[in-house]
Amino acid sequence: MSHLRSMILISPELLLVLTALSLLLLDFLVRRKGTLAVAGAAGIFISAYVNYRLIKVGMTGGTIQGMFAFDGYANFFKLIFYTTLLLTILLSVKYLAIEKISAGEYYSLLIFSTVGMMIMAAATDLLMLYLGLELMALSTYILAGIVRGDRRSNEAALKYFFLGAFSSAFLLYGITLVYGLTGSTNLREIASALHSLKLAESPITMLSLIFFITAFGFKIALAPFHMWAPDVYEGAPTPVTAFMSAGPKAAGFAVMGRVLFDVFGGLQMQWSIILEPLAILTIAVGSIIALSQTNIKRMLAYSSIAHAGYALIGIVIGTPEGFVSTMNYLMIYMIMNMGAFGVVIMLKREGFSGENLEDYAGLAKRHPVASALMLVFMFSLTGIPPTAGFIGKFYIFMEAVYAGHIYLVIIAALFSAVSAFFYLRVVMYMYMKEPAGDISLSTSKTAGIALAFAVIMVLVIGVFPSLLLNFARNSFFG
Amino acid sequence: MKYALIPLLPLIAFMINILFGRRYIKDKAHWVSVPAVIGSFILAVSAFMDVKAGNVINIDIYNWIASGSFKVAIGFLIDPLTAVMLIVVTSISSLIFIYSIGYMHGDGGYYRFYAYLSLFVFSMLILVMANNFLLLYFGWEAVGLCSYFLIGFWFHKKSAADAGKKAFIVNRFGDFGFGLGVILIFLTFGSLEYTHVFGHASVIAGKTINFFGYDVGTITLICLLLFCGAVGKSAQLPLHVWLPDAMEGPTPVSALIHAATMVTAGVFMVARCNPLFDLSPVAMNTVAVVGGVTAIFAATIALVQNDIKRVIAYSTISQLGYMFLALGVGAYSAGIFHLYTHAYFKALLFLASGSVIHALHHAGHHDEQNMQKMGGLKKHMPTTYIVFILATLSITGIPLFSGFFSKDEILYRAFLGGGLGKFLWFLAALAALMTAFYSWRLIYLTFHGKFRGSDEHEHHIHESPKVITIPLWLLAFGAVFAGYVGIPPIFYEHGDRIGEFLAPVLGHPLGHGTHAEEIFVIAVSILVALAGWFIAYTMYLKKTELPQKLEARFQPLHKLLFNKYYIDELYSKTLVQPMLRASDKIFLGFFDGRIIEGVVNGVPSFIASFSRGLRRIQTGVFSSYALVMAIGALCIIAAMVFWK
Repeated sequence: MSHLRSMILISPELLLVLTALSLLLLDFLVRRKGTLAVAGAAGIFISAYVNYRLIKVGMTGGTIQGMFAFDGYANFFKLIFYTTLLLTILLSVKYLAIEKISAGEYYSLLIFSTVGMMIMAAATDLLMLYLGLELMALSTYILAGIVRGDRRSNEAALKYFFLGAFSSAFLLYGITLVYGLTGSTNLREIASALHSLKLAESPITMLSLIFFITAFGFKIALAPFHMWAPDVYEGAPTPVTAFMSAGPKAAGFAVMGRVLFDVFGGLQMQWSIILEPLAILTIAVGSIIALSQTNIKRMLAYSSIAHAGYALIGIVIGTPEGFVSTMNYLMIYMIMNMGAFGVVIMLKREGFSGENLEDYAGLAKRHPVASALMLVFMFSLTGIPPTAGFIGKFYIFMEAVYAGHIYLVIIAALFSAVSAFFYLRVVMYMYMKEPAGDISLSTSKTAGIALAFAVIMVLVIGVFPSLLLNFARNSFFG
Repeated sequence: MKYALIPLLPLIAFMINILFGRRYIKDKAHWVSVPAVIGSFILAVSAFMDVKAGNVINIDIYNWIASGSFKVAIGFLIDPLTAVMLIVVTSISSLIFIYSIGYMHGDGGYYRFYAYLSLFVFSMLILVMANNFLLLYFGWEAVGLCSYFLIGFWFHKKSAADAGKKAFIVNRFGDFGFGLGVILIFLTFGSLEYTHVFGHASVIAGKTINFFGYDVGTITLICLLLFCGAVGKSAQLPLHVWLPDAMEGPTPVSALIHAATMVTAGVFMVARCNPLFDLSPVAMNTVAVVGGVTAIFAATIALVQNDIKRVIAYSTISQLGYMFLALGVGAYSAGIFHLYTHAYFKALLFLASGSVIHALHHAGHHDEQNMQKMGGLKKHMPTTYIVFILATLSITGIPLFSGFFSKDEILYRAFLGGGLGKFLWFLAALAALMTAFYSWRLIYLTFHGKFRGSDEHEHHIHESPKVITIPLWLLAFGAVFAGYVGIPPIFYEHGDRIGEFLAPVLGHPLGHGTHAEEIFVIAVSILVALAGWFIAYTMYLKKTELPQKLEARFQPLHKLLFNKYYIDELYSKTLVQPMLRASDKIFLGFFDGRIIEGVVNGVPSFIASFSRGLRRIQTGVFSSYALVMAIGALCIIAAMVFWK
């Protein structure tokens, strides 16, 4: 029975793996590559629906010898991953054709990466966690370098791979130390051992905590572990950049939240003290360096670093409510970021990158709808009401104020004002400048659906924030 | 809750027009906006009936953000006060919207005009329907923004663009105080809901705040700050300067601003906050004195102006002064009553003057707003003439016309008010004399005598089309009969229906006078109205050489009044120019030149060199990244060791 139950609880992941494998096969059989996107999307929908049904019938709890949890926490993050995956596929169709990327390989890697993330979010054992993390990471390394003819893409993949391996070493070292102390890799058992053996104050525990933070900090691009991000984001194909800045980042937060709260709950004071300066540094580095960027992908890369800093504030607070605001923020950031990248992707066409700020000059005159969408996403990233971005920041800041981190909020709010400069500069270019030459967009129906979804969600969450917030709260508290 | 549709319909009309106006709707924009605002009017009437049956509606439609005691909610309160305001706003707006079909016909920005007009009405409806101060503030600011759009509607004309800016900036001064007032309310009461704030007002009554070493009553401070906003929005001294310039906008906009959607906001807000104002005699006296002084001050300026719309604009400022005077002596319902009657006759005056301007403009007349170049229009524009006469009879307070009832009520309440009451009554009566004079002067200069333009122009003057004259007739009906809801009890025992209706919100005014006093006040106000008319009649119809003689005789005074007491010049010299100079020197020269430019250019160039430096380490080698990571981890370890 227990095997059957395990199989049922991990069936969404299994279905995704099945989809990915069939896409690899289909790639040889199907000539029209658009079909692959449809087939992939169908598989993802089925997996997501199965997941949804499992929640609805009240399935919950651990499985695979307590290494894997099917709980609200994991399911909230899974929703982020599913959405990221679907939006990425919708935005990729045209791009793949332009860049002549092998579609079957590309889609299946995206799906494998997502399966990795889902395992990360659900893992309640350090080894399972590591397994998911590597599955995600290895797939994204390849995705970053999937444009084989492009040197920037190659460079990105290689950098990402080596640095990722380096960060994995930190993680493994941290796992080893914890195992040495407690004799277990199960999160709950570790926590109870740390408590019963009074190991919480041990320097070794502290060392392992710092190694975990370093490894997870790498995944979510916290300063000073962020340096790979701008290079990799710039070099990778744009849909992959969009995917990386939303999905793996959220997955990093998912494992960070689970490990910090479940294992190191007793050391909350300590990790708050470690993370607070990192949050400030991350926001500062992201916002300040973004100011001087003229390449929009690089600007969005630094913006993504800054946003990770804002989301981290929810963890710094150290309360469950604080982490709920982080979950809320991650969902919002994912949507508005995918939207912004979606517009960037549309500017790409044969032999024209469309990545420079100058390429946006006068866009509003030629393509009012695309410009209006970009305007909404830029407003949201800045945090201007009534967009979702405002809501995300508002709840993070509010929880921080309630927890007494007033200076942190003031600093974050000031950098938020700084960020208006580089986001609204894009708007300024689109609306105030004269178009330099002919701008044509690579529009497609699929990209249109993705962008419409993103813009509607940004506005709906902006106007009805309690829907998402309550969902995050219920997911966290079960 | 169907009443949520009252503000929603104009909002939808705005959205449709602004999104699809330029490409698809174009000159059919009124088909969107007019039904929307008429729909609002119908719903407003139904809301009024509901309230009349004894229901008060107070619900939160939607909670946007809730955090502790602070919440941002969209909630509506429909009580007698709001019901009256809803009727005023939606009925006047409906007529102005219809009128604009004819007036704005053929304008290039037709769809834009209707879009902004709808947004304007939406903002005002939110303002009057709000059940908390935050939503009130939202409506308040939105009204200001729309006025900016609409006054500067013909933005290619420099004077219009400037007037739009002026209205916005002058209002900012008042709004700043208003914003502070709202914040102080939240700090004091811990809530922004009307019910909570007004319910706890008496608890706060005795509290004081130390303000630069002086103990100031918290309530007094709140009321004065709120009143700052009212002074700006309702164009009272010393922030009245934007309103006369606001006529640079199209005439329907002037009518809307002056009658329904903007200047009444201040009066409404003070009346709405009556539980607070009642607790602060200082604030009440301030309101009354500012109102009384503004009433007479603006009336004196109106005496000598030659621009037809400018005369009416100053008359609005003066009439608003009356309303504040009433509020200040505690006669809130009298103030709202005057707001209500004034809305009809003032909208009528503006739209009728618009009809004159429209006709002259189409006849090719260039100085179309200068009354000195008009005259004798009676025979060309009989309808406009008649409605103008009706509106004038009403505003000057001739018995049996609506203005008489409301103005008399104010004069009577001022007369009974203790302290400054008699003095304020005297000011108000004097202002009434002047009102009668300048109103009739306007009629005689415009419609009587001989046309003072060229014959060719006169030949082309025609009465305005039906789409303009029908709203005029409807407004004329209001201007004559609107006052019959508030007949003084001395004439008819249960006559003061509006006072009774508003009493649950605004209470009964204090003090009862004797019959003799009441008759005295009525007699005086009739007398001054007739006297004003007689002087105007003599000067502008019988002895037409008299005005010039007087002007020559009292030249300094005439110049002073004609130039509006030089207040614009005074502001320009003492505030605007020093500010510009300072901003030129300090901000452009120093801040912009050194600091901002320095930061804007310096930071990126610093970062550029910084990142260039980094790039040098990084040339194809990622090991430096790994090094930074390792150093970062080490730093954290070191920090934790030392922190222990």
